[in-house]
Amino acid sequence: MSRTRAVRPPRALLAAAVVACALAAIPLVYLLVRVGTAGLEDVVAVFERPRVPVLIGNTVLLAASVTLTTVAIGVPSAFLLARARLRGRAVWTVLAALPLAVPSYLAAYGWLAALPWMQGFWAAWFVLSLVAVPYVTLPVAAALRAGTTGLDDVARTLGRGPLAAFRLGTWPQIRPAVLAGALLVCLYTLSDFGGVALFRYQVLTTAIQQAYGASFNRDYAAILASLLVLLAVAVVIAEQFARGRAARQFGAVTGPARQRRVRLGRWSAPAVALLAVPPGLAVVVPVMVLMVRLFEAQTLREFDPAELAAAAGNTVLLSAGGAVVAVALALPIGILAARYRGRIIRAIETTGYLALGLPGIVVGLSLVFFSLAAVPALYQTAFVLAFAYGVLFMPKAIGGIRSATAQVPTSLEDVSRTLGNGRLRTWWLVTARLARPGIAAAALLVAVTAMKELPATLLLRPTGTDTLATELWSRTDVSAYGAAAPYAVTLLLVAAVPAFLLSRARAGAGELDEAVA
Amino acid sequence: MRLSRTAFALGAVLAVALTLTACAAGESGESTSTADADALTIYAGRNEALVGPLIEQFTEDTGIEVDVRYATSPELNALLLEEGERTPAEVFLSQDAGALGSIANAGLTSPIPAELADLIPAGFTSDDDSWIGVTGRARVIAYDGEHLTSETVPDNVDALTAPEWSGRVAFAPGNASFQSFITALRVLEGEDSAAQWVEAIAANDPILTDNNLATLDLVNSGQADIGLINHYYWFERAAELGEENMRAKLEFLPGDPGGIVNVSGAAILKGAADDADALEFVEYLVSEKAQQFFVDETFEYPLLPGIAAPEGLPALDSLVNPELDLADLESLEQTQQLLADAGLL
Repeated sequence: MSRTRAVRPPRALLAAAVVACALAAIPLVYLLVRVGTAGLEDVVAVFERPRVPVLIGNTVLLAASVTLTTVAIGVPSAFLLARARLRGRAVWTVLAALPLAVPSYLAAYGWLAALPWMQGFWAAWFVLSLVAVPYVTLPVAAALRAGTTGLDDVARTLGRGPLAAFRLGTWPQIRPAVLAGALLVCLYTLSDFGGVALFRYQVLTTAIQQAYGASFNRDYAAILASLLVLLAVAVVIAEQFARGRAARQFGAVTGPARQRRVRLGRWSAPAVALLAVPPGLAVVVPVMVLMVRLFEAQTLREFDPAELAAAAGNTVLLSAGGAVVAVALALPIGILAARYRGRIIRAIETTGYLALGLPGIVVGLSLVFFSLAAVPALYQTAFVLAFAYGVLFMPKAIGGIRSATAQVPTSLEDVSRTLGNGRLRTWWLVTARLARPGIAAAALLVAVTAMKELPATLLLRPTGTDTLATELWSRTDVSAYGAAAPYAVTLLLVAAVPAFLLSRARAGAGELDEAVA
Repeated sequence: MRLSRTAFALGAVLAVALTLTACAAGESGESTSTADADALTIYAGRNEALVGPLIEQFTEDTGIEVDVRYATSPELNALLLEEGERTPAEVFLSQDAGALGSIANAGLTSPIPAELADLIPAGFTSDDDSWIGVTGRARVIAYDGEHLTSETVPDNVDALTAPEWSGRVAFAPGNASFQSFITALRVLEGEDSAAQWVEAIAANDPILTDNNLATLDLVNSGQADIGLINHYYWFERAAELGEENMRAKLEFLPGDPGGIVNVSGAAILKGAADDADALEFVEYLVSEKAQQFFVDETFEYPLLPGIAAPEGLPALDSLVNPELDLADLESLEQTQQLLADAGLL
C-alpha cells in the first residue's frame, strides 16, 4: 500500500498551500526588493570584501558541525527516552525539551560569565549544539514510540548483533524524523545571531546585524541575507533528496506496535549522564550564573511583580496565537508533502522552510514592509506580531504535520469517501483525528520557540507591550543581569508547560519497512 | 453544506486565536491599536533602564502622556526607514548621530526650531538643525589594571600598532562610535595615515568584538589588556559590579583622535512637524533638569553649557572635537570601506 498517490492534488488544497507559501515568502520578496534597489554594482562589491568568503565558510562550518553534534546526542537520547527502562522517564522527557526555551544569547552569556576565555568557533558550536539538541531528540523519540521492535527481533533471530539489528529494523523507521530534526537544527544555526555574537565568531548573521548597526545600510544587509537564503535552499533540497529516498521504501501500518523495553543495567549511569547534558548545560548553568549575579549585584533595580505577570501573560497569548497561525499555514503544505509528489510540491515545501534560515531582524522588517502596504490598520498590533511568529516558525510545524499525516493510511480516507463524505470532511473526521498528536506537537514546538523570540518582537510589537523576552533583553542590554534573573526563570517556567505537553505527544501509527517485512 | 460547516469551524478556531492575541495587548493595559491617538509616541534607541525614569518624569512635569517603543538605535533606524512617512513615531531618541543622519538624509525629519537648536554648541549637534545633540560620550581606552598602570598605558591610538600590543587590543569594528573615531582619524590626520593606521591595527592581531560592552568585559576578565570603548559603559558595569570590583580602568585621551566625543540625540519626525508635545519633549531633553539627570544617572557629558560634567571626567573641551559632521553618512561609508578593505568588516 503506497503512502502517496500518483494523482493530482485537489485544487483547493493546492490553492491553500500556495497561499501559505506566498505568505511564507514575504521575507524573500522583501529581500528581492532591497537587493534590487542595491543594484548589481553593490552586489559585486560585496564579494570583493575579503571578509565575505570567510563569513560564508564560518557559517557553513558552524551549521554542519552543530547539526552533526545534535544528531549524535539526540538519537541516543531519544532511544533512552522511548525504548529504555528508565526511572523518572516523565521528568527526563520534559527536561529534554526545555533547552528549546533558552534564548541562545542567554545560554552564551551564562557560559561566558562563568568562563570568560570562551570564544570563537568552539564556544559557538558548544552552546548552539546544547540549545538545539531537542529539535532532534523530540521527533526521534516520538517516532521510536510509534515504531516497532519486531523487525529488530527478526534480524536478531537471523544472527545479527544488536547494533546491526537496530540499523536494519529501527533505523529506517526513524530516519525521516532524524532528517526533519537535523533540518531544523541546520536552519536554526544558519539564522542564529545571539549565540555566536557573544563568542566573537564572525558569521553571516553577525555581519547582517553590523550592516544595520553601523552603516545603516539596509541594502548590504539584504545582500548578505540573500546569501543565507541560498544556503538554506541548499540545505532544504539536500534534506528532501535524502528523505525522498527513504520515504519511498515505506508503507503505513496501523495497530499496536510491538515494543520491548531495553534494560540498561550497567549502562544506567552513562545513560542518565547523556540525558542530563543538554538541560544541565543549557538551562541550569545560565540560570545559576544569573542567580549568582542576582545576589552579587550592588544595585538591584526594583522588581515589579505586576510587570513580570503582564509580560508573562503577553508571552503566553502571543506565542499561542503564533502557534495557531503557524499550524494553519503549515497544514496545507504538510498534507500536500505527505500525500503527493512533484516539482511544484517540492518547491512549495522548500519555500515554506526558508524563513527559518533568516535572522529575525530581516523577517521582522519584511513584515513591517508588508503590513504597512497590505493591512496598515493592523500595523503594530498583536495580530501582526502573532502572524510574524507564524511565518517565522511555520517550518517547525511542516515536518511534524507531514510525518503525522503520512502515517494515516490512505485506505481509511478512501473508506470515508465511499461513505459519501467530502474531502474536507474526511480530513476532519479521519486524518485530523489520527494525526492530532503530531499536529499538536507541531503547535507546541512553535509555541515554545516563539516565547523566546526577540528581534522580530522588538520591531513588530504594539508600542509599550512587553514580552518576557523583551524584558529580559532590556535588562541584559545594560548588563543588569541580576535584574534579568527573575525574567529568565519565569520564561523557563512558562515554557516548561508546552515542553511538558510536547514530551507527552506521540506520533501517530508507526511505519514498517516493507522491504524487510 | 457539511463541508462549509467544517471550514467554518476551522475559521472560528483561527479567529479565536487571533482574538486571544489581541487580548495580549489589552492585558497589559495597552490599546491594541498602534498607540493612543493623543499620546506622544517616542521611538527610543536607548535602554529603558536609562531613559525610562526621565521620560516618566517628563510626563509628571508636563502632563503629556507618552507611548515609548524601546529597541536598539539601528533597529529603530531600519524601522523608521521602512515605515517612511507612515510612521506612528513623533520623536526618535537615538544612541548615536549616524542613525539620526540616516533618517534626516531620507527626508523623514522636521527641522528643530533655531532658538532650541542654538542651545547646543556646534560640533555636538547637527549642522542643519535636522536633529539635536543631547548627551556626549568620550572614546576612551579601558585597560587591565592588573597588567598596566596609568603610566604604562598608551595615551594615544598610534602607539597601539606597535608589536608589543599584538593580540592585546580589543575593539568592535562594527560599532557606530568606533567607526566615527576612524572618521575623525581620517579628518584629522588625512586619508593616507588613517588607512595606514587601520591596516597596521588589523595586522596587529586585534581581538574583534561585537559591541562596547563585550569589549569592556574582555578587559575586566583579563582576556584583553586594552579595549577601545565609550567611557560611560565602564560606569554602567561598575553600577552592577561595584567600582572596587572593576579590574578595568579608564584612560582618557585628550588631544588624540582616539578620544573624540560622540553624541546621542533626538529628532522630530516629519509627521510631527507642528506637534507641540513633540517639541516640548525635545526641549525637555536639553533642559537643565534633564541634562543634570544624564550627568547623575548615565555619567555622560551634558551638552548644555553651564552644566558641570560628571566628577572625575576631563573637561569636555579638553577632548578633541574636530569640526566633524557626526552624521555625515557619506564619510561614514568611506570609513567602512577602509575597514572592509583591511578585512575588519
